[in-house]
Amino acid sequence: MNGLTVAPSPHRSTKLSTSMIMLNVVIALLPSAVAGTVIFGARAALVLLVCIASCVIFEALTRKLMKKEQTISDLSAVVTGLLLGMNLPSSIPIWMAVIGSFVAIVIVKQLFGGIGQNFANPAIVGRIVMMLSFTAFMSSWPVPFWYKLGADVVTGATPLAAGAGSISYIDLFLGNCGGCIGEVCSIALLAGGLYLMAARIISPAAPAAFIGTVALMTLITGGDVLFQILSGGLFLGAFFMATDYATTPLTNKGKVIFGIGCGLITFVIRNYGNYPEGVSFSILIMNLLTPYIDRLTQLTPLGAKKPAAKEA
Amino acid sequence: MSDEKKPVITEFTKGLIKENPTLVTLLGMCPTLAVTTQASNGIGMGLATTFVLICTNTVISALKKVIPGAVRLPSFIVIIASFVTFIEFIMKRSMPDLYDALGLYLSLITVNCIILGRAEAFASRNSVLRSALDGAGNGLGFTLALFIMGSIREIFGAGSWMGIQFGIETPVSIFIMPAGGFFVLGIVIAVVNKLAKKKPPKELHCAGCPNEELCEKYRCDKEAKAS
Repeated sequence: MNGLTVAPSPHRSTKLSTSMIMLNVVIALLPSAVAGTVIFGARAALVLLVCIASCVIFEALTRKLMKKEQTISDLSAVVTGLLLGMNLPSSIPIWMAVIGSFVAIVIVKQLFGGIGQNFANPAIVGRIVMMLSFTAFMSSWPVPFWYKLGADVVTGATPLAAGAGSISYIDLFLGNCGGCIGEVCSIALLAGGLYLMAARIISPAAPAAFIGTVALMTLITGGDVLFQILSGGLFLGAFFMATDYATTPLTNKGKVIFGIGCGLITFVIRNYGNYPEGVSFSILIMNLLTPYIDRLTQLTPLGAKKPAAKEA
Repeated sequence: MSDEKKPVITEFTKGLIKENPTLVTLLGMCPTLAVTTQASNGIGMGLATTFVLICTNTVISALKKVIPGAVRLPSFIVIIASFVTFIEFIMKRSMPDLYDALGLYLSLITVNCIILGRAEAFASRNSVLRSALDGAGNGLGFTLALFIMGSIREIFGAGSWMGIQFGIETPVSIFIMPAGGFFVLGIVIAVVNKLAKKKPPKELHCAGCPNEELCEKYRCDKEAKAS
């Protein structure tokens, strides 16, 4: 990875390399990971570490098997592992987490050509495959601070499954509720997301459109807006997964379309679907549509003539 | 016309791996994905199709001079549908469990493109013996592919094989869902390609295309070269 790497235009000299971007994403995810560990105990940290380690090992092994340049130093596998781990309940059996990492890295990322070539977000597909395969394990969540209750792991429903009014907004905001390791503490996710925007790693277009659409649709249908925004994996998905470079549209217009699509699908699945949460499905579906959105929102280079509109 | 000098037996063996209808020419995807949730269903479906394939290939080859070219496809379908109805009745009587498990897909053998494809590409141009062997080879190749896929999906997705339980408590149930079917199919095709040492062509052209005998353009090119 040494030497000159030429990125798409504008060709400015920059220190921002893939590994720097990924390092920033890891930094932004840390508050939420730490919060998850505080809320769900050491078991949560173990799940996160297993996911990260297995993702990095799988990446190294597949690159070696395919006789290609090693890419673990760009930290993208660490980000995938961390994101996947944060999308799992802390009580998940360890071997299931390893299977999820295998799907994410080997099947979704490396078989399609490695970083930048994957058609969908690896962590999302890893989570969905686990969700469909081990539904019972993936939808039983330990209650917060169970380790202080002095009993065996007590499981409870997520606020989304229990319904609005089951929990106060402040508990939702701080993460004192059931859920996946990294999705419960909204304030930590918000801090991480704002950090990434301030560092210009991600554009606010997709997250704003995503969260805004969910809020608007909830408002129109008379639901509890704040509850819908703060609960479930909406913040985690909007800030960290709907902004992935390889699998979301390039232009701002495209990002807004992407975000609105995610928001609509999430809203529909949450309210009318079989599953309590639809963030991961919505991001996967919009990932698949990304090439078409990119084609629709192609920019005209400055000074170039607009291509003549085809006669209908 | 295909090369009559080739040994007759190669018409049988080519369908097993080299020109496997499911894994190389990618025909008959619908039953491949739909009924392979269990290894035994795969075998049942494969053998039923093999029976139909041998019979139709034989009959169509025998009638190839009688059937007018303009109505050959409707004629093929009538012949195929007759044999499918026949095997459907037999299975309903003697194997009711398998009949229920395969359900609609049994009647859909009629429109399985392997059968119509072999009729059009092979049986209507070759001798009866070669056509029968071609049908048997392709049918068994199809059965083999279905059996492999059914075994993988059943072992991982349900924790059993041919109905024998392994006592696994948490099978990876995505394997028996449609999405898992596509995953398994893709990986099996990749492994077969690797084993057959087939490299993807650098440029897409007719030579080496498994469907070359079906392709008018290839035939024209070949005739132009020969003359």
